[in-house]
Amino acid sequence: MSENKNTEHRAQKTDITRRKFLAGLAACASALSLPLNADASMLEEYFRQHFKRLDKDELNTILKNLEKEFSQKYEKAVTVKATPAMEDVLFGYTLDVSRCIGCRKCVYACIKENNQSRNPQIHWIKDLEFKRDEKWFHFKDSEPYYDPPEVPQKGRFYLPVQCQQCKNPPCVKVCPVKATWQEPDGIVVVDYNWCIGCRYCMAACPYEARRFNWGKPDIPKEELNPNMHYLGNRPRPKGVVEKCTWCIQRTREGRYPACIEICPTGARKFGNLLDPESDVRQVLDNFRVFRLKEDLGTNPKFFYFFSLGTHIKAK
Amino acid sequence: MAQFNWYQRILFSVMLCVAAAAVVFVSSGDILAAEGMAQEENILDRPLEEIVGQLAPQNQLTLFPCSDCHNDLPPNPKKRELGEPHNELPGIFKHDAKNRWCLDCHDMRNRDKLRLLNGALVDFKEYYRLCEQCHGRIYREWKVGVHNKITGHWKGEKQYWHCAKCHNPHDPVFKPQKPAPPPRKPTEIYIKTKK
Repeated sequence: MSENKNTEHRAQKTDITRRKFLAGLAACASALSLPLNADASMLEEYFRQHFKRLDKDELNTILKNLEKEFSQKYEKAVTVKATPAMEDVLFGYTLDVSRCIGCRKCVYACIKENNQSRNPQIHWIKDLEFKRDEKWFHFKDSEPYYDPPEVPQKGRFYLPVQCQQCKNPPCVKVCPVKATWQEPDGIVVVDYNWCIGCRYCMAACPYEARRFNWGKPDIPKEELNPNMHYLGNRPRPKGVVEKCTWCIQRTREGRYPACIEICPTGARKFGNLLDPESDVRQVLDNFRVFRLKEDLGTNPKFFYFFSLGTHIKAK
Repeated sequence: MAQFNWYQRILFSVMLCVAAAAVVFVSSGDILAAEGMAQEENILDRPLEEIVGQLAPQNQLTLFPCSDCHNDLPPNPKKRELGEPHNELPGIFKHDAKNRWCLDCHDMRNRDKLRLLNGALVDFKEYYRLCEQCHGRIYREWKVGVHNKITGHWKGEKQYWHCAKCHNPHDPVFKPQKPAPPPRKPTEIYIKTKK
């Protein structure tokens, strides 16, 4: 107790908070380490505020600077938006496990749409192969590296796992700097400039849905998707965590995510949970659905179901 | 017995009337609610008209209309192995071939039309009405957008993919395909380092 009082007393006396001290330290370091051709945008990046605390003008200048930076780096016209969530929208996702054939088309469409790093490789979607007629439901019983000449294989079924956009997300709870949060439309996003790379969220996520940039992301110039969102698919720096955002840059404009557009069997469905006419509500109203690891109380908005029997024929 | 004044009697009768009206109103409301529930139970049976306007583009006949050849040939309704060119085109028939053959769907007299089980003729572009006859459950799921692929906008214009976009009507089993390459194992991850 006495120690606590002492520290409080000291803090009042000196009037220097931790943040101010770090900001000052960063300013000194940047002043020392600035290259000769540095401009204001580098300093701006050092002192950029948390996304939620940015006002309109600040955000607009940041977006413009990012557009300029990426356009120069990748030699094509890039737009970076920060489209806010629509009103009366809560996104939901359903996946028909009986119709997924495990072709991994969604995995690669996602990489292209969301500018994921090719080397080191980052996949937001993981397609798990399970044996039929055996105990399943634990990720450790699955085979994510399957590579047969043809899918679906006899006696196997496939369960793609990506961010489940939990209503009660453990990853958000553990983040020590509040760099990740849930948006009003239910999407859990990351502010890549605020993330300190501690990877607590990766440890907390029961679905293994978060990825870490161990190296500098490598995106081929010709494959860069120029339609970007600040909280979504803009190229990430090294040392931050990223995750599926249900293609926030597409869905906030009313379009379907890339994985839905590519799925050859139409097993994936996306829509507004609050709209009784939406695709996902048709599934939820008419089928028995389940969620992964429901007992953990994470309350995911990603529902799995079986619409067919087990009669998908394989050779 | 207490005697009531005339105004008290009027007041009581008015209250009685109001109470009776309320009972009638509430009970009719119950009936309406029950009807609403009965309707909701059939939510899967959506009218076809609701999605006809939103279908994905149809596949077009690439060669020529069937009537170009078949108008000059005498029709033969006997089920048999077909010779040139239908031994190759449109491919080997694998759609319950034991029990069915061409004229179960194609009309014998008007070759540019399809024929329902009840004899009604249907345009090629409305072919899904033939599928409905056997695959009723899948058809209902298709109409509400569960058993199909939907592209476009979740809010706005949608494109409902229809049966023949994914299933060849003559060989409808979904074809297996080569999977995209698997992810790298953690042991194979390579990070570029500066030289």
